[in-house]
Amino acid sequence: MCGAPAQAPTLPAHVDLSKETVIYGVVSAADGSPVPAAYVRLLDGTGEFTAEVVTSATGDYRFFAAPGNWTLSVLHASGSARRPVVAIEPGLVEVPVTLA
Amino acid sequence: MSRSDALVTADWAEENLNTQGVVFVEVDEDTSAYDGGHLPGAVKLDWKTELQDQVRRDFVNKEQFEQLLSAKGIANDDTVVLYGGNNNWFAAYAYWYFKLYGHADVKLLDGGRKKWELDGRELSKDAVSRPATSYQAKEQDTSIRAFRDEVVDAIGTKNLIDVRSPDEFSGKLLAPAHLPQEQSQRAGHIPTALNVPWSKAANEDGTFKSDEELRALYADAGLDTSKETIAYCRIGERSSHTWFALHELLGERNVKNYDGSWTEYGSLVGVPIEKTA
Repeated sequence: MCGAPAQAPTLPAHVDLSKETVIYGVVSAADGSPVPAAYVRLLDGTGEFTAEVVTSATGDYRFFAAPGNWTLSVLHASGSARRPVVAIEPGLVEVPVTLA
Repeated sequence: MSRSDALVTADWAEENLNTQGVVFVEVDEDTSAYDGGHLPGAVKLDWKTELQDQVRRDFVNKEQFEQLLSAKGIANDDTVVLYGGNNNWFAAYAYWYFKLYGHADVKLLDGGRKKWELDGRELSKDAVSRPATSYQAKEQDTSIRAFRDEVVDAIGTKNLIDVRSPDEFSGKLLAPAHLPQEQSQRAGHIPTALNVPWSKAANEDGTFKSDEELRALYADAGLDTSKETIAYCRIGERSSHTWFALHELLGERNVKNYDGSWTEYGSLVGVPIEKTA
């Protein structure tokens, strides 16, 4: 993995990062401001739905996935975005997403 | 049952927010969602603290359910319209639960919170209180609830539908990916189960697909509608969504939801498990 994340996600107690693959980040508008209440979907390597979360007041989302290929699909009243994600090993994978 | 009996649109809901005898009820996994804004006049049900017994693993009993609905101000002849986050998973679970205890008129808001928010419709932070009622529940209708022994007996004889994501079905993941993966039970699925993820029954805005699309989905997956069907997931909420699609929208009979689901089955001693990951 490439260095420490800019901002570590808030994790529940007892989460073992040697076992959990945490895909996380901030959803932002084109002007850089965070977007709360955006719907973030995690799709698996075949494009099938795996999970969905709603971004927090600070635009944050977080998934507990596994090593592999994933896609993030984000919907909000103000725009949408798709981002491919590759998780090589357990640990933190930060993926910021900007809506278009 | 049919679609018009069981499902209401966001437009219908907006027009009926103040209709006498219609009670909107929000049910979420994230129970703080309601406090951040809810449909005007809607009351909140906490699926974890209010619908589950707080000591043993089971539902609240008939008397507790009566006390709960009475305190929420829900009467026997009210039309209850359920909605929530997570694409209505927990609202569908509550729908099934209301049916289990015999509520006559219960409906699901198509698309739930997600569609409502994406449409930019009004959300309110006002506190809601309704006058108490004297709710009378019926005995549980176990024709829609499956228990573990029946599930084990169903292997190879009835339809088993595993509605979790393909990665949970194969055993790669143990929980939906918004939750930590470390769990005590084994990974995999019940032998002979079909994997038809709940999400295939829904559009991306959270609304249900059309009856024609749903029929094609389950036919293509190999569901034999001449047999009884048991749906399961991890804790029984996503399989309520599929139970709703099969039993309430398509009108299939003999469909049960296994609320013990993988957190029970995957912890049973000695039962067969298939794993493909």
